[in-house]
Amino acid sequence: MLGLDKRDTKFLLIVIFLTLATPILLQPFPESSTLAQFNAGYPDLMQRFAIFGIFAIGFNILFGLTGYLSFGHAAFLGIGSYSVVWMYKLLDYNVIWGLPLAVILSGLFALVIGYVSLRRSGIYFSILTLAFAQMSFNLAYSVLTPITNGETGLQVYTDDPQILMGATEPTSPHLFGIVMNQSAKINLGDWVFTFNNGYYFCAIIAIIAFYISLRIFRSPFGLMLRAIKSNQQRLNYTGLNARPYTLAAFVISGMYAGLAGGLMASMDPLAGAERMQWTASGEVVLMTILGGVGTMMGPVLGAGVIKYMENIFSKINEQVLHSWFGWLPDSLEGFVIFIAEHFVGSGWHMTSGVLFMLVVIFLPGGLVEGGQRIKAMFNNRGGDDADDPEHHPKHAPHVAE
Amino acid sequence: MGILEVKGVGKRFGGLQALGDVNLSVQEQTVHAIIGPNGAGKSTLLNCFVGKLIPDEGSVLFNGQSLLGRTPHEITQMGVSRVFQTPEIFGDLSVMENMMIPCFAKRDGAFRMHAFESVDNESELIEKAEQMLIDVNMVDKRNMNAASMSRGDKRRLEMAMCLVQDPKLLLLDEPTAGMARADTNNTIDLLKEIKEKRDITMAIIEHDMHVVFSLADRITVLAQGTPLVEDTPQNIKDNPKVREAYLGETQQ
Repeated sequence: MLGLDKRDTKFLLIVIFLTLATPILLQPFPESSTLAQFNAGYPDLMQRFAIFGIFAIGFNILFGLTGYLSFGHAAFLGIGSYSVVWMYKLLDYNVIWGLPLAVILSGLFALVIGYVSLRRSGIYFSILTLAFAQMSFNLAYSVLTPITNGETGLQVYTDDPQILMGATEPTSPHLFGIVMNQSAKINLGDWVFTFNNGYYFCAIIAIIAFYISLRIFRSPFGLMLRAIKSNQQRLNYTGLNARPYTLAAFVISGMYAGLAGGLMASMDPLAGAERMQWTASGEVVLMTILGGVGTMMGPVLGAGVIKYMENIFSKINEQVLHSWFGWLPDSLEGFVIFIAEHFVGSGWHMTSGVLFMLVVIFLPGGLVEGGQRIKAMFNNRGGDDADDPEHHPKHAPHVAE
Repeated sequence: MGILEVKGVGKRFGGLQALGDVNLSVQEQTVHAIIGPNGAGKSTLLNCFVGKLIPDEGSVLFNGQSLLGRTPHEITQMGVSRVFQTPEIFGDLSVMENMMIPCFAKRDGAFRMHAFESVDNESELIEKAEQMLIDVNMVDKRNMNAASMSRGDKRRLEMAMCLVQDPKLLLLDEPTAGMARADTNNTIDLLKEIKEKRDITMAIIEHDMHVVFSLADRITVLAQGTPLVEDTPQNIKDNPKVREAYLGETQQ
């Protein structure tokens, strides 16, 4: 189906199902239970899952396939957001104008930044991209204030032209009248499921983005990108110049980042310079590594885990901890809470840091590798005689797993 | 005139004269070996052929066209393939994927996007790659991870990757260095077979005299960056100057 083989079609269908069913799957606990705070099925967070999923999928095309580690992708995120908000200001709140512009503009910027940065590889490439991103951040923050509205951030004011604005048109982002921040709530017993327009808009785009990335992984172009990561010297002596391939990958991943940035502004009509800061670039690197570099599902998974922790762990405060550990003797309870409180609330970075270290040390292939190991454990329980790598050389894994 | 004409090539690294006035002519469809003691400039010379180094003086002509100032990938597209001292393959990829890359490179000639086609649909190229694997006796390893194979197999794969592009000139940099005896003999057999079956010229740098004498039609002995002598294997064997360069036999 759609130019994919059987296995990939099945894979894509599973991804589509999971994406569309997210509002139900992330709401496993009834509202009245104490575990309800672990529910993640609210629109704001689900939108972020989808948006950062797109960002990470695109980043993986560059970092996962070619091995070039960019520390500047947040710049494209910011460019995407600014483009969309500008279209709100000039035309109207329909996101259909802004999103294509976000993709095209970020692609153009990626072409320029990539053309310069890709003259170097390894750490020098990373530093160059970091420098470009910081430059963009500072431009957006101060120098280009007329375009970016500086530290206040870009937003829509009542005296903006909005030349296409109709009298009955919604006054928040929408797609031909489908308002992004509207939701349908369904109560089923003690469960509440929220089906948000914005989330489904992001989800459908994320599925398309995932499909495109899957096609790239399976294409001759994707094979060349993996060859660049594996041995650039051999590729040269095979008669191909690596530069156009890496540049194309850089531009594609930049466009994905721009799309993600545009979607952020489509959910919430704001764009601020902080979106371009290097911490945002670092975040997508963490997501990709946490989930599994070079795998299809890994970056999405990593994006989900980090965003989940950021939103859910940071909500847990001392009262919540008291309610959990109340059954312990007082002195012990005090001690446990003293330790635990550093890992929740504003200390959620500690938890994610520890998780990241554990993954990098024990699962260099990311969470996806963890899943594969568990699967292999179940498959091998039948008892194969001791694995002798000399006589059972390993087979090349299928990239998509 | 030979397929590869080297005239007056010199290369200096700082104060070291690595190559000086090298003249060499590799005739079409022969195996031309370049031998010499350590530091004689063999690898430097080879690097001047493929665009990795640019000589300070002289010229390198391949089929009448200058190779100087061209990049490695351009030279490869002209029909010069190179096998490295340590096999350079795509270690993270499967054997078959390793074979597909040179097939695409040969067909496309340069950068092509092909981002929405599937590798699995390129049946013509797959067939070509598979046939090559059969020729070098590796088809049973097609799904294996290239990095996990033995050194001899890696060499075999590297050779297959070069040959699938039908190069006119194959450059081999110590193809049997660090190999076990059995692997060395396999490689010699493979090279002999290639020589017989294909319309190809080979220039080979080698330390192992066994390999050199079983393959070469012509031998150039390089010492201190200059060709000492060029002759047939039999005459080289008996040449006292060669013995001197190799064994350090001075007048006794």
